[in-house]
Amino acid sequence: MGADPLDGKGWGLILKYVLNYQTPLDLAFQALSDPTRRAIMERLAGGPATVSDLARPLPMSLPAVMGHLKVLEDSGLVRSQKVGRVRTCRIEPKMLSEAEVWIGERRVLWERNLDRLGTWLDETKSEGEQS
Amino acid sequence: MTVQIAVKRSVVHGSFTITRNWPHPPAKVFQAFADRDAKDKWFAGGPDLTRLSREFDFREGGREHVAGRWKTGVVSTFDSIYLDIVPNERIVYSYTMHLDDRKISVSQACIELKPDGEGTKLIVTEHGDFLDGYDDAGSREHGTNFLMDALGKSLEA
Repeated sequence: MGADPLDGKGWGLILKYVLNYQTPLDLAFQALSDPTRRAIMERLAGGPATVSDLARPLPMSLPAVMGHLKVLEDSGLVRSQKVGRVRTCRIEPKMLSEAEVWIGERRVLWERNLDRLGTWLDETKSEGEQS
Repeated sequence: MTVQIAVKRSVVHGSFTITRNWPHPPAKVFQAFADRDAKDKWFAGGPDLTRLSREFDFREGGREHVAGRWKTGVVSTFDSIYLDIVPNERIVYSYTMHLDDRKISVSQACIELKPDGEGTKLIVTEHGDFLDGYDDAGSREHGTNFLMDALGKSLEA
């Protein structure tokens, strides 16, 4: 069915939450703020690749590419494995798990509700409370 | 009009905590959870949801129910049972969420109210089991595209 109760605005709020709080996604966003690293991610989205495969089309030295790969690995977006002298990189799909999407969605619903509750509390005078 | 779709069974476990501080005493905040009219002002609604049905029985063993239609046409249904109520201090309830006929989650929520000077510190903790996933979530492409889209939007902002 694929329908979702959150319209575009809802996803925007989730994004706002994700961007405003310290989450593992912070590192991922930082890692993706660089065009070379985005190019590497796009290449890896097609399947695993060796470091030299990844470096070949890039206009920079191998150590520079390895520096970018380290940022991607530290962010959790990419993981690599060395077999013999060949290091192979792949995207780590767990970075954006269903759980994170779900928790983000449920959190946003709570945040919206609590925003409304806070407003309601401010606007409602209870007994004995000074205006 | 019922279409049978094979459902891939799965469970994802998650939990989170939200904290708020308000300059209002715990008794007043508790009332916003305990009184139906007060709760209707802020819970499970807002301008995007058209209320379809509502039940509210705030006592241990009592049930609460909200069903509403979102602008997208999807009907979401919240069914809960109150398991623990300590006036002005704590509320624990367990609930299911449905989207249309699909049960998407079973959760437990704990609301704690702690005095904080003249005001209240509110702590919401949820543990949930998210059932049977989104349609194609979890694929590498999906995750990557989500990140890329999110990044793009963040750069536009």
